[in-house]
Amino acid sequence: MATKASRIAARAMISPSVVLLLGWMAIPLGMTIYFSLLRYNLLMPGPKPFVGLENYAFFMTNPAFTEALVNTLLLVGGVLLITIIGGILLALLLDLPLWGQGVVRIMVIAPFFVMPTVSALVWKNMFLNPVNGLFGHAARALGLQPFDFLADAPLASLIGIVSWQWLPFATLILLTAMQSLDREQLEAAEMDGANALRRFIHITLPHLARPMTVVVLIQTIFLLSIFAEIFVTTSGGPGNASTNLTYLIYKESLLSFDVGAGSAGGVIAVILANIVAIFLMRMIGRNLDR
Amino acid sequence: MARAVSTPRKIVNTAAGWAIGLLIFFPILWIAVLSFKSEGDAILAPLDVLASAWTFESYGLVQSRSDYFGHFWNSVIISLGSTALGLLVAVPAAWAMAFVPGRRTKDVLLWMLSTKMLPPVGVLLPIYLICQQLGLLDTRVALVAVMMMVNLPIIVWMLYTYFREIPADILEAARMDGAGLREEVLFVLLPMAVPGIASTMLLNIILAWNEAFWTLNLTAADAAPLTAFIASYSSPEGLFYAKLSAASLMAIAPILIMGWFSQKQLVRGLTFGAVK
Repeated sequence: MATKASRIAARAMISPSVVLLLGWMAIPLGMTIYFSLLRYNLLMPGPKPFVGLENYAFFMTNPAFTEALVNTLLLVGGVLLITIIGGILLALLLDLPLWGQGVVRIMVIAPFFVMPTVSALVWKNMFLNPVNGLFGHAARALGLQPFDFLADAPLASLIGIVSWQWLPFATLILLTAMQSLDREQLEAAEMDGANALRRFIHITLPHLARPMTVVVLIQTIFLLSIFAEIFVTTSGGPGNASTNLTYLIYKESLLSFDVGAGSAGGVIAVILANIVAIFLMRMIGRNLDR
Repeated sequence: MARAVSTPRKIVNTAAGWAIGLLIFFPILWIAVLSFKSEGDAILAPLDVLASAWTFESYGLVQSRSDYFGHFWNSVIISLGSTALGLLVAVPAAWAMAFVPGRRTKDVLLWMLSTKMLPPVGVLLPIYLICQQLGLLDTRVALVAVMMMVNLPIIVWMLYTYFREIPADILEAARMDGAGLREEVLFVLLPMAVPGIASTMLLNIILAWNEAFWTLNLTAADAAPLTAFIASYSSPEGLFYAKLSAASLMAIAPILIMGWFSQKQLVRGLTFGAVK
């Protein structure tokens, strides 16, 4: 029962957030679109002529763009695959009765709270480094040649590091969902003679379909913007072997100071992210009605 | 409901659970070990590392060689400041949307969420240039503002999902008893909303503390929080394992502890109520 006065009050209470977010989104995004149409390089003072879609053509015909796009897809896809499968297995395990469940759970979730620069550097130096890293020591102990992960398999190494960070998120959400599963249904199926695998496929997995979709969509949003991990480990190299779209735009913008091309790249990144966002928003919107 | 499980089976579960838990936790455990070793011992083979002498020297060196607490303080100000400002703006908005929903409330909520999905790199240049023009590059003010905007949609959403669970009947009853808007908020709503606000605060401090896109791009030396400070160890000449470990452990410890308390809120906050 909302009176007219409370409606007005409500509007006044909502508007600061709306105005702030509008300013945060609309103004910079408008500027990005505007810059993307100019020949604008911070190293070249002088006029900034309007060049239409030239920057887009320049950015998209750059061989690095295709490479970055493929890397972005591999990075997002690889991490999703590992975290979803690993997350389901871990959630199944943590859902079983075991001693010290709380402590195990805490250990599994911990990586999510480690800041990206720390986890990337720790993996880079303490584990993947061929001379002093643990994997290097292990290889030598077994009489093998140590493998230089970040030089010879940079993207795969990044997928590993990022998966370590996001596996807890997938596990936590799938575990939360699994715990809301009706146990009696599982027990009834067990009595009817369904084995563990069939119970999993026909009861647990369908129940997890929705949370899995949520994990995929939310992780995709974050994974498209992976930056710090690349920044501190490979700087996108060797060559562009581990450059994703975000990092390429960063290089174009703040290392080459090409505002025009960087902005064109930014607009492309926004469009790509929006494709994913639309699906996520639709799911969340449906949830709001309930 | 606890299922009856045979003891041998539980032993197998427990062994598997602990093995995998320790495996995932191992990198954190390992930096904890290395942080108490000398620089020379930290790069030895693992068994030799464990056998070497324990020392606190790295913790002292991290502070004396670089202003560690300065960066720590930056992290504190940026994460607490942005969260406090965000709550200030978001609490009224979420309250209004939860209790006086209008026709467009759902659209506004979804639109707010959509701003969170904007890839930061899409607005990197404008924000960078605006900060440069205003002389705000490498200042905490800029980062507090940016971080508040980055997390505002999450704050509003989380608060909204909590506020929505407060029964509106209670407000009706308070109104019947003659409570005005101010009393309604102060004495009825706030006490019931405190747990929700606290969880929102916790999650947002964590997110702001760990944020590493804007902090890396908008700071240099003065305003650099721990995320950016740790990144300075990435240069090849910075292969100081013991010091890196000590600095890292101090940087993640407060958040690890907070994180353990906020597992449930994390699910709610980061899935925008889609999974509870």
